Amino acid sequence: MDTTVDSGNAAATSGTTTVYPFIRFDDVSLRYGGPGGTLAVEGATIDIPKGGFVSIVGPSGCGKSTLLKMVSGLIAPTSGRVVVGGKPVTGPLGFVGMAFQNPTPLPWYSVIDNVMLPLRIVEPYRSTFRARYDEYRAKAEALLEMVGLRGFGEKKPWQLSGGMLQRASLCRALIHEPALLLLDEPFGALDAFTREELWQVLQELWLARRPTVMLITHDLAESVLLSETVFVMSARPGRLLHSEAVPFARPRGLDVMYEPEFVSMVHRLRTRIGNARADGMKGA
Amino acid sequence: MSASLLANRYVIKVFPVVFVALIFIAWELLVWLTGIKSVILPPPSAVIYDLVTKFPLIWPHAVQTLYTTMVGFLGAIVVGVLLGALIGSSRLAYEAFYPVLIGFSSIPKVAVVPIFVLWFGVGTIPAILTSLVISFFPIVVNVATGLATTEPELEDVLRALGAKKRDILLKVGLPRAMPYFFASLKISVTLAFVGTVLSETVAANKGIGNVMMVASANYQTALAFGALLLLAIMGVILYGVFALLETRFAGWSQRKADLALQSH
Repeated sequence: MDTTVDSGNAAATSGTTTVYPFIRFDDVSLRYGGPGGTLAVEGATIDIPKGGFVSIVGPSGCGKSTLLKMVSGLIAPTSGRVVVGGKPVTGPLGFVGMAFQNPTPLPWYSVIDNVMLPLRIVEPYRSTFRARYDEYRAKAEALLEMVGLRGFGEKKPWQLSGGMLQRASLCRALIHEPALLLLDEPFGALDAFTREELWQVLQELWLARRPTVMLITHDLAESVLLSETVFVMSARPGRLLHSEAVPFARPRGLDVMYEPEFVSMVHRLRTRIGNARADGMKGA
Repeated sequence: MSASLLANRYVIKVFPVVFVALIFIAWELLVWLTGIKSVILPPPSAVIYDLVTKFPLIWPHAVQTLYTTMVGFLGAIVVGVLLGALIGSSRLAYEAFYPVLIGFSSIPKVAVVPIFVLWFGVGTIPAILTSLVISFFPIVVNVATGLATTEPELEDVLRALGAKKRDILLKVGLPRAMPYFFASLKISVTLAFVGTVLSETVAANKGIGNVMMVASANYQTALAFGALLLLAIMGVILYGVFALLETRFAGWSQRKADLALQSH
């Protein structure tokens, strides 16, 4: 990621060269299943600065997850382009950390071995995995401690609760210190208390390491609590309707959620989504 | 069945033995009470007597059958894993090979023995091949199915990390397919015996299948039954061996069964 050109929020033109933000969606559309297929995303233009934390919210099926897959290079846009670190994305980026609603641990590995899985795949860790195993293991243990799983490394995944597995899944996404973290509704299947706790964990991890984070979520309060900017998408085909910077100071405790500005921002976003849904119904 | 009886581990262990003994007793009684001629249905006592007294005569044949079966079965594992990995990881290979495989597995294997004999002559090789072709199919299907159980999200995580198809296959797909693989081995090893004996009864001068042919031609029904019994015993032992290997190499998938047993 040495080629990355740091910049402010938006792409700035300095002289003759365009300076890109860390991630740029440039009028991106995606149609599944060839011409005549489903248009999942239409004309999305999004800029995300390096080290930023953005949330993307919208009605279900609006192509939020599709955006993530395009950033990571798992699928290519039908038109427009995605630029990460100044280079157009043409295939899997090979360094991205990802976590989903389903924590998908490998059942034959212990928790710590699951956390270390990316190190068996990503260079330069891969070729030094055996030689520097102890060092990497200590790294994984430190991460587990950060998310409150100290002493659970030797357990097998089935011995952990859903919330604990999701913590481990976050560790797995972060172990190789990725510059980009993609989260697709990681807290969607958790109970309210575990979710609140993991919001704090994620915020701490982000403040400590400052990866660029894209969070997909249905939970508006979650998006406002965690991110710097919230993007609202329309119902299918997903278009970008609205974006709003979140003004609250870091670190944000759970108390901030009960402040009037917070509540009114969530309400504002909720209204946008409501409109998006109604539009979607009319279109259908 | 009362719960307290099932909860006792020793009772569970003894149960199969008791059941086999009950079958033998019922069989013995049936022969006694109906007075069936021994040449039609010998009582188990006569069968076991024949098996024990003629053991030195039968043993080399049992070794031959065991050897043939194991070689054929090893071949089936190699072919099965390779084909299964290919079909399970490539959509193209799946579309291309699956119909052919289904067609092939539908052919009664007794029909291919004469062809093997035509190619390789009477003896061990047709038996090995029959054993192989009869037992590789469940392995192919199970390995392919096991590979298909890899969660798409996990695949996305790994691909986003730059994992190649080969990485995903070796680090996730094949380990994940292990429980399916071992389940198929337990089925396939018994099928491999069927293949061997099938071929031996048609075209061989050694092996348990041959012993049975000769015995029945000479109306030594008790000996034929004894050979059958020996086959069954070997089958059970091999099944046990693979069940043990399964616990050793894919034990992580069996904890649910353990828990279910404990919760009763």
